[in-house]
Amino acid sequence: MSQNINPAILATGLVKVFGETRAVDGLDLTVPAGTVYGLLGPNGAGKTTTIRMLATLTKPDEGEAQVFGLDVVRQAVAVRERISLTGQFASLDEDLTGLENLILLGRLRGSGKVRARARGTALIEALDLTEAADRQVKTYSGGMRRRLDIAASLIEPTDLLFLDEPTAGLDPRSRNWVWAMVRVLVEQGCTILLTTQYLEEADHLADRIAVIDHGRRIAEGTAAELKASVGSSTLHVRVADPETRSEAARVLTAALSAPAQLDSDPAALSIGVPEPDRAAAALAELAGVGVGVAEFSMGQPSLDEVFLALTGRPTEPATPESVGATAGTEAQS
Amino acid sequence: MTTMPITPAIDERLRDVLAGGDRPAPPGAPSAAITLGWRALLKIKHVPEQLFDVIMFPIMVTVVFTYLLGGALAGSPREYAQYLIPGILVQTVVLTTMYTGVALCTDITQGVFDRFRSMPIWRPAPLVGALLGDAIRYSTAAVMVIGVGLLLGFRPAAGVPGVFWAVLLLLAFAFSVAWIWTTLGLLLRTPASVMNMSLVVLTPLTFASNIFVDPQTMPGWLQAIVNVNPVSHLVTAVRGAMAGTVTTGQVGAVLVACVALIAIFAPLTMYLYANRE
Repeated sequence: MSQNINPAILATGLVKVFGETRAVDGLDLTVPAGTVYGLLGPNGAGKTTTIRMLATLTKPDEGEAQVFGLDVVRQAVAVRERISLTGQFASLDEDLTGLENLILLGRLRGSGKVRARARGTALIEALDLTEAADRQVKTYSGGMRRRLDIAASLIEPTDLLFLDEPTAGLDPRSRNWVWAMVRVLVEQGCTILLTTQYLEEADHLADRIAVIDHGRRIAEGTAAELKASVGSSTLHVRVADPETRSEAARVLTAALSAPAQLDSDPAALSIGVPEPDRAAAALAELAGVGVGVAEFSMGQPSLDEVFLALTGRPTEPATPESVGATAGTEAQS
Repeated sequence: MTTMPITPAIDERLRDVLAGGDRPAPPGAPSAAITLGWRALLKIKHVPEQLFDVIMFPIMVTVVFTYLLGGALAGSPREYAQYLIPGILVQTVVLTTMYTGVALCTDITQGVFDRFRSMPIWRPAPLVGALLGDAIRYSTAAVMVIGVGLLLGFRPAAGVPGVFWAVLLLLAFAFSVAWIWTTLGLLLRTPASVMNMSLVVLTPLTFASNIFVDPQTMPGWLQAIVNVNPVSHLVTAVRGAMAGTVTTGQVGAVLVACVALIAIFAPLTMYLYANRE
């Protein structure tokens, strides 16, 4: 890949301080052009602040960032020509209709009346919003609003699209639209930086993922690499008798050589599984020591589990480490 | 990237639209401001209730103050109207300007301003566009007061041209004052606090003036305040223009106030706008 030739985003040592909080604390980021890059992290990790700095809305306190080789502070105007931003909260005019919003933003991108209306109408149709085209946005459902919000960023072709938690709170159908849009855009050569709290979403969409915590990058890699650092998947078990849970945890930890997590449900626990094959053997061992299993399932590791694996503590401040995700297995010891 | 099972039809339609060809060049400053002015007009079209206060409020205050104070202050409401209407015109329009800050603050809380700020447009365009929309609100308020005034017996000696120039001067002042509210709109967190703060500034400005009575009847210390109040100068000039007695000095004093307001608050607004976190 053209990884090091002309990256879409190149940020080094970005810092943004709000009062006492270091929202972004020395973040490095390289996003190759034409790829989807995911920023994965919990609320307050600094994802939105990072996007705001890259989209020229907020100036970094330290460090610097370039978008297609243009400095986001000194060449902000030129950067704005290449980017589009869809913020976390619908950034539309609620009083205007869906179509008027798209025409307005098309005109602000420099397109003429005819082109703005034509593209606006076509986008509305492609998004299945035709019936709502002439209704005020304030009457839209969350999913419709989100679709329109992203469409508004695409009213004219863009080189770099920022999507801040594009699917938070969406129904599956609207989520599929968003995912489809991302895929089509990348096919057409657009670069996308998206933030998400869900590993599953980053997994489906992103070529590479940076895990962000407390304003720092604590891991970077492909979804596969990240998951390998946690165990490729997670085994969720509910024991028949809550009294036997600690025994189950001991047996599973030994069988899978990974730490078990006790859930809030007193009968439930989960544990990372390096290879799916070993889950069956581990379950068999439970039966061997007489621990009754009410139900079990295999799932993808949650963001929490990625964090646990990377930091050892799900919610505590992380030590800054350039953990190549492949090296993450060490975190399990 | 993992492929997801999604209806191929969606992909097809999106693909067609998103393959949009070449991006147009960014719009020039006037074009961006006019487009955002068009947005302000659309908002009035969709939410006509927002004109309620510039239609009903002027009728109410004009009628109430003319009849409430007219008999006591000037012998009859009709005679008082000759004095009061230019003043109440100024008060109404100047009070209307505070909604500029409230509307700006509302816009910011909606997040649509961040989108504008991330676009390749002339930076002040969203503010200037909003002011263009406000021109309609200010003009509506002015027309209402003058209309009601004429019904109550107000007869400006300088006729239509006098009234026209008076309103033009008033609008120039209104646009200058509006920058105070855009500053507040960016500084304060909620539209309600912008409204409260604006009232705290506007109440003394409009009441400690020559709008209702001749300052000669006031105690000396108050006269001193009234005489430096830019609103008093504006009222004097508007009265003069409508009566045909206006002097260059009276107009000049207003224009100096306008320039001073813009020189202080427009850069402050733009600074806050550009450096918003």
